[in-house]
Order: sequence, then C-alpha cells, then structure tokens
Amino acid sequence: MVYKQGNPRYQRQTTLKEFGEIGQKKLSISKVLVIGAGGLGCPALQYLAGAGIGFLGLVDHDIVSLSNLHRQILYSTDDVGLSKALRAADILRALNPEIDIIAYNEQLNPTNAINIIRQFDIVLDGTDNFASRYLINDACVLTNKPLIYGAISRFEGQIAVFNCDDGDGIPGANYRDLFPNPPEESEILNCAEAGVIGVLPGIIGTMMANEAIKLITGIGTTLSNRLLTYNSLTNQVYEMEIEAGKETRSLIPENIPAFQTTNYELMCWVQTANQIDITLFEQMILDPSVLLIDVREMNETPIVEEFNHLRLPLSGLKAALEQLSAENVVLFCQSGKRSLIAARMVSEYYGNSKKVYSLKDGIVAWKNLRRV
Amino acid sequence: MRVKVLIFGQLTDITLESEIYLNEVSDRDELVNKLVQLYPALADSKYAIAVDRKVTTQNTRLTDECTVALLPPFSGG
Repeated sequence: MVYKQGNPRYQRQTTLKEFGEIGQKKLSISKVLVIGAGGLGCPALQYLAGAGIGFLGLVDHDIVSLSNLHRQILYSTDDVGLSKALRAADILRALNPEIDIIAYNEQLNPTNAINIIRQFDIVLDGTDNFASRYLINDACVLTNKPLIYGAISRFEGQIAVFNCDDGDGIPGANYRDLFPNPPEESEILNCAEAGVIGVLPGIIGTMMANEAIKLITGIGTTLSNRLLTYNSLTNQVYEMEIEAGKETRSLIPENIPAFQTTNYELMCWVQTANQIDITLFEQMILDPSVLLIDVREMNETPIVEEFNHLRLPLSGLKAALEQLSAENVVLFCQSGKRSLIAARMVSEYYGNSKKVYSLKDGIVAWKNLRRV
Repeated sequence: MRVKVLIFGQLTDITLESEIYLNEVSDRDELVNKLVQLYPALADSKYAIAVDRKVTTQNTRLTDECTVALLPPFSGG
C-alpha cells in the first residue's frame, strides 16, 4: 500500500504521541500473516486491517459454520457454508480498501508453510490444533520470523510472543521452550468438545493484534520471552518468563528440507493411537466381528489374500467413512504410517462408538513374520 | 516451609482446585512427585512448570512461600 501522511482514516491513532505518523508509516510497510481465521483470527484480522497493516495475509481452509458465529465475528449468517479465507478477505477489503490483503484458502502444511511465511514479517497463530501450532512454531524458527501465539481452553487464554529478536541478534524463546513436545491431541479438549464463550477468543485475539502493533511500531513492551494467561471467570492475569533453552533447537527439524518431510499430524497423534502389534493382529484376523481395512492404494503390493478385508485407499477413505458398520475396525497399510492417519480419521468421525486400531509397522512386518 | 501451587486450565479437572498449598517440599521434582501422589491422573498430563513466574525445565530449589504454577498447553483458537 502507499503511505500518505495525515490520512484521516488513522487520525485517532496517529494523534497518540507515542504512535504518531511514524508509527503509521511503520504499519503501512509491515507484512503480517494470520493463520486461522477463526475465533482468534477474526478479531486479530479486523483490528490489524483497521490499523492499516500494509500487507495482510490470512490462511484458513475451513468453511463458515453456524456454530462459529458466536465468536468468529467477521462472518454473518449468510456466510455459512462459504470459505472463511475468501469471505474474511472480502470483509476486510471492505473495511480497509487501502491495504493489500491476500487470502490462502488452503491448509498450512510442511510443503507450503515456508513459502507462505517467508513473504511476511510477523506471524500470528490462531489455529485450533497442536499439529498446526508446532508446525508454525518450527517454520517461524527456521525462517527467523517473530510468532505471536494465542490459544484458549474453556475460560482461559494464553498469549506470548515467540522467536523475537529483541535487538541483541539472538532469537527469543519459542513455543518449544514452553512445551517441548506435542501432547496427545486427545488429551486436550478442543473448542468443539469443551465449549467456549465467544468473548474469550475476542479478548485474546485482540491482544494478539495489540502485540503485533507494538512489535511493528516499537512502542510499549511486548510479551517476548513471556507468557500471559488470562482467566475470563476471575479476571486473573498471570505472567511468567520463558527462557530460550539451548536444547530446544534440537527438537526442531534441522533445516527446511527436513521440516518439509516432517509429519506434524502424525507427531501429535502417534502416542494416542491404538497401535496393535503383529501378535494381536493375528488374533484379530480370526475374529469375525472385526472389520479389517487395507488403506493402501489399489496397485500396491504385497497383495493380501490370507484374510477377508476391505480395500479403502486412504485417498478415498473420507468419502467412505459412513459405510463402516463394524464396531471394531483394524486398519493396515504398508508400514503403519498411513493406517495411523486413517485410524485418526475413523476415530474422529465415530468418536467412542467404535474401537479403532492401526497395525504397527504395517502389513510388510506381518508378511515377514508369516514367512518365518 | 510452605509452597503455593497454582493450577491452570483443564488440570483443575484433576485437582478440583486452582490453588493448593503444600508443606515440606524442597525442590521442584519433589513437589511434582507429591502432587502425583495426591492426584495420580497428573502423571499422564503434560504441563509446563513455572517457579516464581519463571518457566523451568530443570529441577529447581523451592523457597518458603514461593509460588509454583502448572500450566497445560491450550490448543483452542
């Protein structure tokens, strides 16, 4: 965007002596990426667009649902069923046509993350799952971008500024200095399961935008190397210091190629999956109440002829989920990785009404055992 | 010697309180062990520990009237 002095749109903030026209100019040349246009992303985006961030990016692959509207304040009832990224971008352009907005209507993954993040100066994480949070943290460390982190659970919120060089040339603490490794995803409730009052992400998302504005303009003190927690029921705020640890870097992929081959979804789920070994698999083959599914693609070998099973390649599993009638489902693939992802999909679809297992080390390990 | 323990997030489902007082715990690891004895489900939970508002990944000596915070990760957004 082109900066013009004395723009009446920003008059109320340029009047602040700490902010001034200099602050406005800094915002106008800044590039901020908001990942997740949901409960946290909506208020953050709205304030950042209003404030005049020159280049604003947003990433979301989801569509608007009716149950989003109580907290995802950019959207209206008419938007239900539409792409969040595209709708949000339109609404923000209407709010401030003087800035440049780019919408990525896709899921951030190890393949696209680096190229997207590289185009921006600051990243805001408003996602709703650990796989994305670790992915974003690691990508920001590898590309040397400050990360403004916000997260909520029921009535509480957390906010921090990670990986920020405070002028000493050394990147500050990152998410892994606080939580080195992902927890088991099922251990932690998400908003759908746990519920959330709409104003909580409103407060935390707004604080994230505030941190971004402070970081860009250099006014005030940011939450770099600090975590703030907020309890909406008691209004209690608790702050703590986080120190960048020497060992933390070893938890993050060494370089960008290594990052691009990291499976974050698997990493966040592997501990909770009901993985079964070959011995238990042998028993389950014989149990007629168990539905066995090969999730490899149709052309993959070795072909399994030893027991009855269904062939549902992972690529088409989502569409076939509703036809799985058995109560016990065992999934297998070549090495046990895809079946884990498949098990996650089935578990998410059916919740506790099905027992879902994945064959550890895959059908190759089982075939080898049979050969011995 | 008395230590105040602040419990955040869904960990209060386990402890049923957001503030606990423990006596005679000399360091962080001892405190964690004592908490797990009192609330066995804590053993399966992930959380960061802050001693007097400093996140610590290593064992730390606790002092009288210090405050320890147990902070679980949040993923909601």
